[in-house]
Amino acid sequence: MTELMENYNGFLVPAISFIQGYYAYLFLLALFTIGLYAMMMKRNLMKKIMGMSFIQSATIMFWIVAAYKEDATVTVYHQPLGLENPDLYLNPLPHTLMLTAIVVAVVTLGLSFALIVAIYRRYQTLDEPLLLERMQ
Amino acid sequence: MNEIVTYTSPIPLLAVLVSLAAVPLIYASSNRPNLREFWTLAAAFIKFPLVLSLLPDAFAGRVAEWTMLEISPGIALQFRADSMGLFFALVASGLWILTCFYSIGYVRGANEKKQTRYFASFAVCLSATIGIAFSANLLTFLIFYEILSIATYPLVIHKEDREAMRSGRQYLTYALTAGVVLIAAIGLTYHLAGTMDFKAGGLLAGLDLDANTAKVLFMLFLAGVGVKAGIMPLQSWLPAAMVAPTPVSALLHAVAVVKSGVFGVIRVVGFVFGPELMHTAGLHLILATFAGVTILLASLIALKQDDLKARLAYSTVGHLSYIILGVALITPEGFTGGLLHLSNHATTKIALFFCAGAIYVNLHKTKISQLDGIGRVMPWTMAAFTVGAMGLSGIPPINAFVSKWFLCRGALQADQMIILGIFIVSGLLNAAYFFPIVHRAFFRKGGSDLDHHGEASPLMVVPICIVAALSILLGLQPNLLFNFFDLASGITESIFYPASTLVGLGGTP
Amino acid sequence: MNTLQLPILIIIAFLFGALLIPLLGYFARRLGYITALIATALSLFFSISGLMHVLSEGRISYHLAGWMPPFGIELILDPLSAFMCVLITGITFVVLIFSGRMVEHETPDKTISYYTLTMLLLAGLCGMVLTGDLFNLYVFLEIAALAGYALVAIGDKRAPVAAFRYLTLGTVGAAFYLLGVAFIFISTGSLNMGDVFKVLPLLEDSRAVIVGLTLIVLGIGLKMALFPMHAWMPDAYAYASSAATALLAPIGTKVAAYVLFRVMFYMVDPDFLRHDLHIAQIVGYLGAIGVLWGSILAICQKELKLMLAYSSVAQVGYIAVGIGLASPLGFIGAILHALNHACMKACLFFVSGSLRFKVGHSSITDMNNSLRKTMPWTSAAFVLAAISMIGLPPTAGFFSKWYLALGAIEQSNWIFLGVLLVSTLLNAAYFFKVIERMYLKPQPRVAAPSEEPSEDPVQELTDTTHVNRNEAPASILLPTLTLSLSLLVLGLANAWIVTHLILPMIPDWL
Repeated sequence: MTELMENYNGFLVPAISFIQGYYAYLFLLALFTIGLYAMMMKRNLMKKIMGMSFIQSATIMFWIVAAYKEDATVTVYHQPLGLENPDLYLNPLPHTLMLTAIVVAVVTLGLSFALIVAIYRRYQTLDEPLLLERMQ
Repeated sequence: MNEIVTYTSPIPLLAVLVSLAAVPLIYASSNRPNLREFWTLAAAFIKFPLVLSLLPDAFAGRVAEWTMLEISPGIALQFRADSMGLFFALVASGLWILTCFYSIGYVRGANEKKQTRYFASFAVCLSATIGIAFSANLLTFLIFYEILSIATYPLVIHKEDREAMRSGRQYLTYALTAGVVLIAAIGLTYHLAGTMDFKAGGLLAGLDLDANTAKVLFMLFLAGVGVKAGIMPLQSWLPAAMVAPTPVSALLHAVAVVKSGVFGVIRVVGFVFGPELMHTAGLHLILATFAGVTILLASLIALKQDDLKARLAYSTVGHLSYIILGVALITPEGFTGGLLHLSNHATTKIALFFCAGAIYVNLHKTKISQLDGIGRVMPWTMAAFTVGAMGLSGIPPINAFVSKWFLCRGALQADQMIILGIFIVSGLLNAAYFFPIVHRAFFRKGGSDLDHHGEASPLMVVPICIVAALSILLGLQPNLLFNFFDLASGITESIFYPASTLVGLGGTP
Repeated sequence: MNTLQLPILIIIAFLFGALLIPLLGYFARRLGYITALIATALSLFFSISGLMHVLSEGRISYHLAGWMPPFGIELILDPLSAFMCVLITGITFVVLIFSGRMVEHETPDKTISYYTLTMLLLAGLCGMVLTGDLFNLYVFLEIAALAGYALVAIGDKRAPVAAFRYLTLGTVGAAFYLLGVAFIFISTGSLNMGDVFKVLPLLEDSRAVIVGLTLIVLGIGLKMALFPMHAWMPDAYAYASSAATALLAPIGTKVAAYVLFRVMFYMVDPDFLRHDLHIAQIVGYLGAIGVLWGSILAICQKELKLMLAYSSVAQVGYIAVGIGLASPLGFIGAILHALNHACMKACLFFVSGSLRFKVGHSSITDMNNSLRKTMPWTSAAFVLAAISMIGLPPTAGFFSKWYLALGAIEQSNWIFLGVLLVSTLLNAAYFFKVIERMYLKPQPRVAAPSEEPSEDPVQELTDTTHVNRNEAPASILLPTLTLSLSLLVLGLANAWIVTHLILPMIPDWL
């Protein structure tokens, strides 16, 4: 019994608190990995784009999560909160930066769809092995 | 030789550039052969006097120098006509004049294609050779060395058939690998010494190099310049390159290109490492081993060749190593002998190649076994051939005897009986592979196919006779024309007793 | 003109070009071409005057919208970035001249998009070079990348597939970069490179910084096609139109390499970089592997453009080797190689473009010695550029390798030295393969060179009647020749370039 308790104290507690403290990052890591997996393993070009989108979203959210503070509210000046307590504001910089990153992500998506359309028109397939075959 | 004074003069640069300047002119007049050949001749006739004009100064201890531009911070593209460079430049540019005439006779006689490219590449090669001779530092040397490698390629593949292409590929592989190794060697030298300027007595001489570093560095240099010098495991490109037209074989593969390699060895031994370091690190033994083995093997292989040019090629391989072996003795006499052999082998071997070319153009014969009786058809050519053969076998009064004599004395001076033995045995082997040809030519009866042939065109025969006469004259009186002998002993002196040369370096009048 | 405005002017010229070209091109296609030329010429002028100003009076820091760094975005014109700008705009100018006929020939219905995208690409690349802000760098990087994907897609039938692959991998690279920047930002609280440089020494053991730097290097490595991440490049270059390849190949990867320089040598604490962090060495070794790998694959190629693309993988490796040396000589070698390779590669892709323009293909196996008669000048330019690529003196390519070799010797790094030297031979193997075919391989239909004797001039006449001179038009030929001759000039003038341009940009601590 005591052994179990020791185990619990020595391993599980830090593990659980780690997960509690960093769950957002772990979730993002999972998202990123799924995205990478999809991009590398999936045969369908559309799924590759989805994976790519996952990666971009994970990156963007990473910034947002990193900028998160407990008990902080908005990122812009808000009359009732005043200027005395900067702790009440979230760091606005990552948020604004990510606005730009989102725009970039959307453009990338748009371009990749355009390419996919072009590919489909020329080869009538989005399946990569088949595509490579038809390219020869 | 007392103190050496350097002075600025553009003549070394001009000597390099004059044949390069001829290239566009040659191309521009590609449709008018006579004009085109005029440019080649003009370049040759300007180049030689330019080189010659530096000679009196060299004897007076004044060295012409021209710094063009920095090619790497601290290192300049620099030409210096010191006595060593001048010696080589004189040989190359002097023989170029004869080769020009001979070439014209040869390519017209043999109806070679792409004559424009031929003459243009030839001119570039000569520029590079003179550049090598006059380089004042290792980087300049490397640049011209590589230019020479590339410029020779079109000449090797001149025939454009399968065999020529294969030889060309082989040639390039060897030449480029050598260049690459040379880059490493030069970089290492620069790192160790902080300078690249050739210095009589060795630029590494003052440094406290440990023997292993010195050995590695020396092997790198040897591999770099040894390819062109045909030292034994690296020689196989040279016989293959004999697919080139004969004037190319004559001037480039018996004089300019291969002697650039030998010249490189001399520069490395005398001006980079210096005699003292060669001794203390035991480098001369490495060099002597390679050269000695090369001499014997090459002579033996030459015995078996039936193709005339191949036999001459292997003979060249052997004789290049004579020079190197002389240098490797690290004795003044051996060094002088090596230098003299550089010029003497040039005149005799070029005579032999010229003869081979004349036979090919005139009779379309390339095999030794076909040469029965041609001495009666082409008496002048074969007489010249005999002179060359006698010279290379070391029979007085041909000039190569003089250099062999000095080489043997050098071996005695160094107390190296094995090397002396090598010289003597290889002399016999030389005789063994040359005299059967002479015998066939004069004492056997020729076939009926020789009936309606006479001597080759005068454009070829006259140069042949001139080089043969030159060989005899230089044998009778080594100092006759350009004081080659004094020049060679002066170089030796500057390398072995460098203290006297250090005084006044950098001074300008 | 206010010289302090120069950094932004370089970018603005391209952005205005990008706006104007579709508008003017709507009226006349020719106008688009002219506008692109004018915009590039303007930018080139700004870059050169910027370089001169920087060399005489020191760096220019431009604060975008008047916000002071480290809060606002800063554009920096220092010797390194000014040099890169001149290089990029200069090469682009030459490429645009070359593109004039080329685009009309290859993709006649897409000329306007080609020029517009070119302008956008250049705005992005120049922005990447000039910016001193990590996130702004990301934005410019994406602008350049998006324009690049689209440019690749304008090509032959397979181009969209290559562009798609380029896009997915490029986006991953950018994502890695952005993640890395996030780590740096979290640790230091700043995005300004100069500011980060000041803060980083305080955070040396921070794992976040190391992870961040690694991610940045990974992302940029992907963009610059460093060895294991080069897969996108050969296809993209081979299937894009000749004009697009000639534009992307010389400068695209160079700018990524430049970013690596910025990040490693201007943002990271030198002691940290040298002793604790092995990123530079890893980059160097990856580069070394890339040199060999790229060269070996290049030998196997049967298509000139593919071969050149693989050779680009190798050439980027040289730059990485220079970075890996992390010494002044390595720095000189890498920067000089960026310059030399830009000129050589542009010239070689010009040749492949000219071949496609006139012969209709650039397959190595189909080449024969008719080329030396139909296109003597193009062939000669190819030979000169090839000699420079191999690295034979006195051409430019030799000297960058020379400095790299000296750097390797200085650090007793025999692996790098060996790679540099072996690669010379590998380069020779694939370039001489092409040269041999170009000059020596007999034509298939015409009978083998006859042995029958003929007078020389007569023979040359009959030769020319066999195959008529069919050289590329002047607007294609002249840029090719200019670049190939520039290789000789660059080679001979390299000492001047090194002492006057490259030495001032080496950071003090090196």
